Amino acid sequence: MKIKVILACCLALILCNKAAATTLRVAFDADPISLDPHEQLSEGTLQFSHLVFDPLLRWKQNGQFESRLATHWQHIDSRTIRFFLRKNVTFHSGNVFSAKDVVYTINRLKKSPDFRAMFDTIASVSMIDDYTIDVNAATPNPLLLNIMTYVFPMDKIFYQGQDQIIKYGETFASRNVSGTGPFSLISRELGSRMELKRNPNYWDKDSIGNVDQIIMTPIRADSTRLAALLSGDVDFIFPVSPIDIERTKKIQGIQLVTLPSTRILLLHMNQKRRKEFQDVRVRKAINLAINQSLIVEKILKGYASPAGQLSADRFLGHISNLEPEYDLTGALELMKQAGYEKGFRISMMAPNNRYMNDEKVAQAIAAMLARINIIVELKTLPKAQYFKEFDDRSADIMMLGWQSDTMDSNNLFEFIIACPDAKTGLGAYNASEYCKHSINDNIHQANREMNPERRLRLMQQIERTLYEDSAIVPLYWQSLIWAAKDNVKIQDVVNDQNYPHLGDLFIEGK
Amino acid sequence: MLIFLLRRLIQACFVMIIISVISFAIQDKLGDPVQQMVGMSVSSDERNQLRNELGLNDGFVAQYWRFAKGAIRGDLGTSYYYKEPALDVILKKLPATLELAFCAILVVTLIATPCGVLAAIKPKHLLSRLLMIISSIGLSVPIFIIAILMVYIFSIELNMAPSFGRGQTTEFLGLWQSGIFTKDGLKHLLLPSLTLAIALMPIFVRLIRAEMMEVLQSEYIRFAWSKGLSARRIYFIHALKNTMLPVITVGGIQAGTLVAYTILTETIFQWPGMGFLFMDAVSRVDTPLISAYLIVVGGMFVITNTVVDLIYGLVNPTVRLASHGL
Repeated sequence: MKIKVILACCLALILCNKAAATTLRVAFDADPISLDPHEQLSEGTLQFSHLVFDPLLRWKQNGQFESRLATHWQHIDSRTIRFFLRKNVTFHSGNVFSAKDVVYTINRLKKSPDFRAMFDTIASVSMIDDYTIDVNAATPNPLLLNIMTYVFPMDKIFYQGQDQIIKYGETFASRNVSGTGPFSLISRELGSRMELKRNPNYWDKDSIGNVDQIIMTPIRADSTRLAALLSGDVDFIFPVSPIDIERTKKIQGIQLVTLPSTRILLLHMNQKRRKEFQDVRVRKAINLAINQSLIVEKILKGYASPAGQLSADRFLGHISNLEPEYDLTGALELMKQAGYEKGFRISMMAPNNRYMNDEKVAQAIAAMLARINIIVELKTLPKAQYFKEFDDRSADIMMLGWQSDTMDSNNLFEFIIACPDAKTGLGAYNASEYCKHSINDNIHQANREMNPERRLRLMQQIERTLYEDSAIVPLYWQSLIWAAKDNVKIQDVVNDQNYPHLGDLFIEGK
Repeated sequence: MLIFLLRRLIQACFVMIIISVISFAIQDKLGDPVQQMVGMSVSSDERNQLRNELGLNDGFVAQYWRFAKGAIRGDLGTSYYYKEPALDVILKKLPATLELAFCAILVVTLIATPCGVLAAIKPKHLLSRLLMIISSIGLSVPIFIIAILMVYIFSIELNMAPSFGRGQTTEFLGLWQSGIFTKDGLKHLLLPSLTLAIALMPIFVRLIRAEMMEVLQSEYIRFAWSKGLSARRIYFIHALKNTMLPVITVGGIQAGTLVAYTILTETIFQWPGMGFLFMDAVSRVDTPLISAYLIVVGGMFVITNTVVDLIYGLVNPTVRLASHGL
């Protein structure tokens, strides 16, 4: 024990003496729950994966793919893609990276409860030679490349034999890590601190990244996180609460970077619980009574884009002329036609610590619906309790936010719109209980359609039908807001999925 | 005495059982731990299976029985997030909280005592009046506002102290990781302990003042004056000694407030102690950890109260404990 302490002190001294080393101190609102990249599909885990592991390919800021551990790839047929892997790459353990590690990782992903749903589509992976693999999908799959961005090869020799994935227990993989990534882990105090240092053998010598050491601290409270940045205790934070934005902007030496995200916020109107919602005129009236632009402007201070559909504009299903509509007289007229001139009472639930200003948004919506005589009994809950209520469909109107895992519209449709089916898991988050078989057919077809144009038409058809049916109330796509010191060039490394590529981060003048 | 001790022990056990039942019963209301453990896209079937594996689908009595059996052996369950025995996790965070509380109590004692004495000796003095006004403001301002002000003034504007965390720690006698022996650690300790002290201080200033004023009226003080003792000796030796007894008693009762305030302070300053751990556990629905925390804190109260009662009996034998219907 004592030797360990002395060693730690020596290490600390060495690190302190190397004054030239560039340290990045980061405070995000969440950290990975485990060192095992396959234990939980969450933002924290994926951010960690991008630091310590390396994907086969990743999304660039412009929405294109960028090659990483796969140098290039080739579509062999509608079900198979051949990946050519990078040579001369080593893991942090010293083991050499090759095709066997990729095969191993994909097979492990197929066993992970969180990732399995996405990787079920892959039937088999075969090694052609040491640096070439074929990925075979069970059925033609247009999203195979999108899914492969989740493959962060793990060190087979390091993990093998002790690689079980257990959600609530300690495993070798949840405590030990060996990846090929730009950083390797030095120490970790669960829930309060993680320290990483640059991997001296990192293959990407062209990267302009100059961060030698990263100290990550999860800070949950918005005000504490911002104070940490303003006082100079950290260099880079996420997220910034909208009410702090104006103040932060005025402070010298601090920069704010915002990007529109693809996370959609929406309301479900439960048609099973309320017969009123079965009437398309009522649903339309609700859609017309809610003023998305006002919510975005007043409550989110402009840090979101009002939505009239589910698909964000970089998604295939996006229809450019579907704008959110606001027409109070029209809404009142529709309510009258539907025979609800006097209105009715409904219940509504929303989380109060999950999405940006979610509680305030929900209150504004309740006020807006009151103007068409729908009296809303609103209840907001912390996320820990809210999603249980959501699964139980406990209120007539429920709020939901959804980020597509595959960066594709169909993921939204599958979970939010498809007819609920406990067996397949389709429509698991469809608290509208909206069910249309033509949409279901289109969703299935879009999953196999390899022709981009036909696929585009299918998705847009779904989006158009949802709009005409007023199946849900799309609200807005919330923005991602980061803040950092001016010399930390975060604008080049952040992206709309919020996995900042810190390996490529450049810090000026240090 | 022995009978009293025995009765007291039985009573303590009974209280602990009630605490454990309550802390176990609220688990169900805190949310779904499985929801926090898995990604959004995991199907409800798989969630249910996980719930089964964790034993969350069993009835309350079955779950409690399993928990109680473990608790008797000192096993309060395994934290879902830390993946370690919940008790170990809490005990690891205990030193940080104790250090914070200790520093706060030290500040309170060093500042509140002279302030209270001054306010009692010279009640009409401008400074005393000012002290009273400040202390009433202090009583009514919530602790998080004090904390935010502290951070704003001392770390953002003056850049004197870090705004969060515990800083560098060193091993203390091989027992725990301590922050009070390094400059960096002390710097980090400054704001949270001051915040905690400011939140606790007003009540002590007022209490010391009131008690001291009463004592100063008493016979033996008047006798001391007539004997010609120096003012300093009378105020700080004779009067203060008797003032402090009730203050210490109330201080013991204030331990509960202290625990509540450490939770708030630790959350705001990201202080890696038990309070912060507890708030984190609540937001993660780490139910074993939540129960374990409540039981540990409950246990600490029960022990303190029992010890205080025993000390009373020892200090003042006229307090006939056994006849107090205990």
